[in-house]
Amino acid sequence: MDKLYSEIFAGHDPAVLEIWRKATVGIAGAGGLGSNIAVALTRAGIGKLIITDHDIVSNSNLTRQQFFLKQVGLPKVSALKDNLRQISPYTDVSVYNVSVSPVNLESLFKQADILIEAFDDAGEKQMLIETWQTLYPARYIIAASGIAGIGKNELIRIERSGTLFIVGDPGAELQPGVNPVSARVAVVANMQANLCLELLLEKGQD
Amino acid sequence: MAGIVVNGRPIEWEEGMTVQRVLDRMNYSWRMLVIKVNGTLVRKEAWSSTLVPPGAEVSVFHLLSGG
Repeated sequence: MDKLYSEIFAGHDPAVLEIWRKATVGIAGAGGLGSNIAVALTRAGIGKLIITDHDIVSNSNLTRQQFFLKQVGLPKVSALKDNLRQISPYTDVSVYNVSVSPVNLESLFKQADILIEAFDDAGEKQMLIETWQTLYPARYIIAASGIAGIGKNELIRIERSGTLFIVGDPGAELQPGVNPVSARVAVVANMQANLCLELLLEKGQD
Repeated sequence: MAGIVVNGRPIEWEEGMTVQRVLDRMNYSWRMLVIKVNGTLVRKEAWSSTLVPPGAEVSVFHLLSGG
């Protein structure tokens, strides 16, 4: 690795950085959750990210998603890839401007050591969790459920069953027409990213 | 009396008890659920046909939109 890499990651524990550099993480969705997760994992030095989203950046996304005004109208995955490259060019980012389905999930994410669910719609969350857990019961999936509201940090928690983790406030249902608020969606996103980094280290030390 | 445990709560087991019957017994009417029986995921298409054995541990996760 070159001088810039050494300087960017000068403050990382070298043994930890090496585990993260060799990891591949899948992120299904590049909205409020996925864009924040991708930023956190790029700053951590994850070697490869696979990110999918079928949507384009809109003005109303700017309240909580990691995009800029000049990117409105671009596919979210292209805009996010550009932004991640501005943070660190050392994360290899593969993006797919598609909707994930039971048919294409395996071909999109088969390389992922861990999959992070970052969809909006509960039905899509269910589809992703069911399909991934059926295909790869031994591989971790970190989902999110319950990001609405303001404050109430203490109600955000992690539920677990085996390799499945679900992060969020189980009582925080979105009201129609009201978008999530930046801070709380970013808290959940960063808890997903933080858990992912922790699980990679546990795997790396096996 | 044989029993099962659903989200940490013990309930009575019944002969022929399916995953769907467990949901009905628990009054879980939300459709966006993820369900595991003894650690194995049961897809929603199989809720009505999958039997829950006595002593089973059932985890039911509610999924809310937003992301």
